[in-house]
Amino acid sequence: MSVLTNIKRKMFSEQATPYVLLLPAIIMILIVVLFPLLFSLYTSFTPYKLTRPDTLWKFVGLRNYERIFTDWDFWVAFGRTVLFLAIVINLEFLFGLGIALLINRITWGQRTLRTIMMFPMMFSPILVGFQFKFIFNDNIGLMNNALQSLGITDQAIPWLVDGTLAMGAIAFAEIWMSTSIFAILLLAGLFAMPKDPLEAAQVDGCNAWQTFRHITLPYLMPFAYIAMTIRSLDVARAYDVVDTMTGGGPAGRTELLWTLIARTGYDSASMGKANAMAYVSILLSIAFTYFFYTKLVAARRYMGGAQ
Amino acid sequence: MTEVSLQQVVKRYGQLEVVHAIDLEIRHSEFVVLVGPSGCGKSTTLRMIAGLEEISDGTIKIGDKVVNKLPPRDRNISMVFQNYALYPHMSVRENLGFGLKIAKHPESEINKRVEEAAEILGLGMLMDRLPAELSGGQRQRVAMGRAIVRNPDVFLFDEPLSNLDAKLRVQMRTEIKKLHKRVNNTIVYVTHDQVEAMTLADRIVIMRDGHIEQVGSPLKVFDHPNNTFVASFIGSPPMNQLSGKVIEKEGVPHIDLEGNLTIPVPNRARNHVQVGQQVIVGVRPDDLTPEGHGMSDVGEIVSFDLSVSISEPLGTESILFSTIGNNEVQGKMLNPRPIEGEERLTFNLSLDRTHLFDAETGQNVLGHSDGSN
Repeated sequence: MSVLTNIKRKMFSEQATPYVLLLPAIIMILIVVLFPLLFSLYTSFTPYKLTRPDTLWKFVGLRNYERIFTDWDFWVAFGRTVLFLAIVINLEFLFGLGIALLINRITWGQRTLRTIMMFPMMFSPILVGFQFKFIFNDNIGLMNNALQSLGITDQAIPWLVDGTLAMGAIAFAEIWMSTSIFAILLLAGLFAMPKDPLEAAQVDGCNAWQTFRHITLPYLMPFAYIAMTIRSLDVARAYDVVDTMTGGGPAGRTELLWTLIARTGYDSASMGKANAMAYVSILLSIAFTYFFYTKLVAARRYMGGAQ
Repeated sequence: MTEVSLQQVVKRYGQLEVVHAIDLEIRHSEFVVLVGPSGCGKSTTLRMIAGLEEISDGTIKIGDKVVNKLPPRDRNISMVFQNYALYPHMSVRENLGFGLKIAKHPESEINKRVEEAAEILGLGMLMDRLPAELSGGQRQRVAMGRAIVRNPDVFLFDEPLSNLDAKLRVQMRTEIKKLHKRVNNTIVYVTHDQVEAMTLADRIVIMRDGHIEQVGSPLKVFDHPNNTFVASFIGSPPMNQLSGKVIEKEGVPHIDLEGNLTIPVPNRARNHVQVGQQVIVGVRPDDLTPEGHGMSDVGEIVSFDLSVSISEPLGTESILFSTIGNNEVQGKMLNPRPIEGEERLTFNLSLDRTHLFDAETGQNVLGHSDGSN
């Protein structure tokens, strides 16, 4: 009896109140985030197959990791993901920068354009995948149709059948969908940019290109790093667009990390191995985030020094 | 030899004309200050000289070269901005050397000139810092350093001291003056602070509403203001302006001021006014002093009694507030003694130093000074 009242008193004391109030949320987070995370980590040390639940209890240590480290297909998908990410992010940066610079120049209709620019981001990535699958279809696709009508080619270009072209088509879809993240953040940077240093640069002898190269671009880079952090996480886990457009094919030529992981986990039912792959790919994302974040912190040292 | 010459220079924004056909000749190695209230077009004029604003009409020459269409980089000028405009991502050293780097000077020469400028401005310890890590005064120094490194034909200063606190402002003012003595380039300097203008300038250009009201040496514009605007703008506290009417009294022209006060027309203005003319009498507080507390040797004097309502002691002098008719006037008391409550004092007005303006046009009845010294 006295123990119970003691607990009761402690629970309702003033210091404890915030924690008591947060308790349901904390419990929910433990259940939906931490527990699955630990569980998946555990399964990566087992030969767990969804079809054979008893395999969950067989501990095999690092065997899954050993396997994937010696698995050529995994490293190809890994390398392809890094390459895909590098190409997509750089192109998105360049296009986003171009769009931001153009929109920054216009005075009339700027708000409307800014909104229109965001449209691609409002669509579900799956639908974007279907849309581009149709556009790049070699028989009935818009792209081939247009090229043939314009007389540029009389061939049916196998956009989604040829490995390299298919990768390009997927990159095109990604870039179409998400360039506006760069554009909007870089535009915010341009709006925030003080005008005086630009004029000082003109007086100091810069032509338009030099002003852009030495003053505007360094000022915008922190904004670009934010966009790059967001997009590197996004692209590193690219799945929906790839899966709808090519399904990782032809013959695994567009297989990225997460399509491979999904295939391993669900099609081959090797959940343990898939989870081991997932943990390796998370390390990749952490590495990218860390890289851009370091850049951002370095840039923050001089932000605000313009006034 | 670098003169700057503005001929009939106009600036329009659409229909709105903000600078109206101004003419200005700036001599080689002259320190010219453009001064005026905000919105008078002084910064616009400076930016037109810099090439940061296009001119709508007229001609601007730097040296012998018409620069109307030239971009800033081809004018061989440097500019110090109000907000310093340092490059935020570059260290002090890089900021100073940036212009030279763009002009593709060899690195050894850049280093030498940067070190020289740093020496002049005392930036030695700060060379590797970023602008964000500097105080306002230090940033201002870097901005000036960046300007002198390039050894331009003309320096342009756009209110460079207005973001600094009062003490630092006085200090930097002296440094700018020293800098000019040392480098001897032509300087065009914009400010709204008449004290800055008076202390720095070889010649002051006073602007209002896109017109030049007067050009002259600091003492010239102080001693012979062309009109009531210049009279009130230059000098602190501002010149008292009393309205009155010219009358004939005992065969001599007098001015009948409000408040039953009549003073003779100063000798030098006697041939420039007519009986019946409405005039404004300008009297600087320095020339309206209580008996025994003024400057000696001030020539002809008129004396009258005024009651002092407020006194502002400044140490070496006190500013006294009173009224003549409906006009509030300020006088100056040298070697001040405390004034308690309202006190009636006899004031001396030194007649030879009063200014007379036509009430209708606001122009000095003696005509305009010619703009040279």
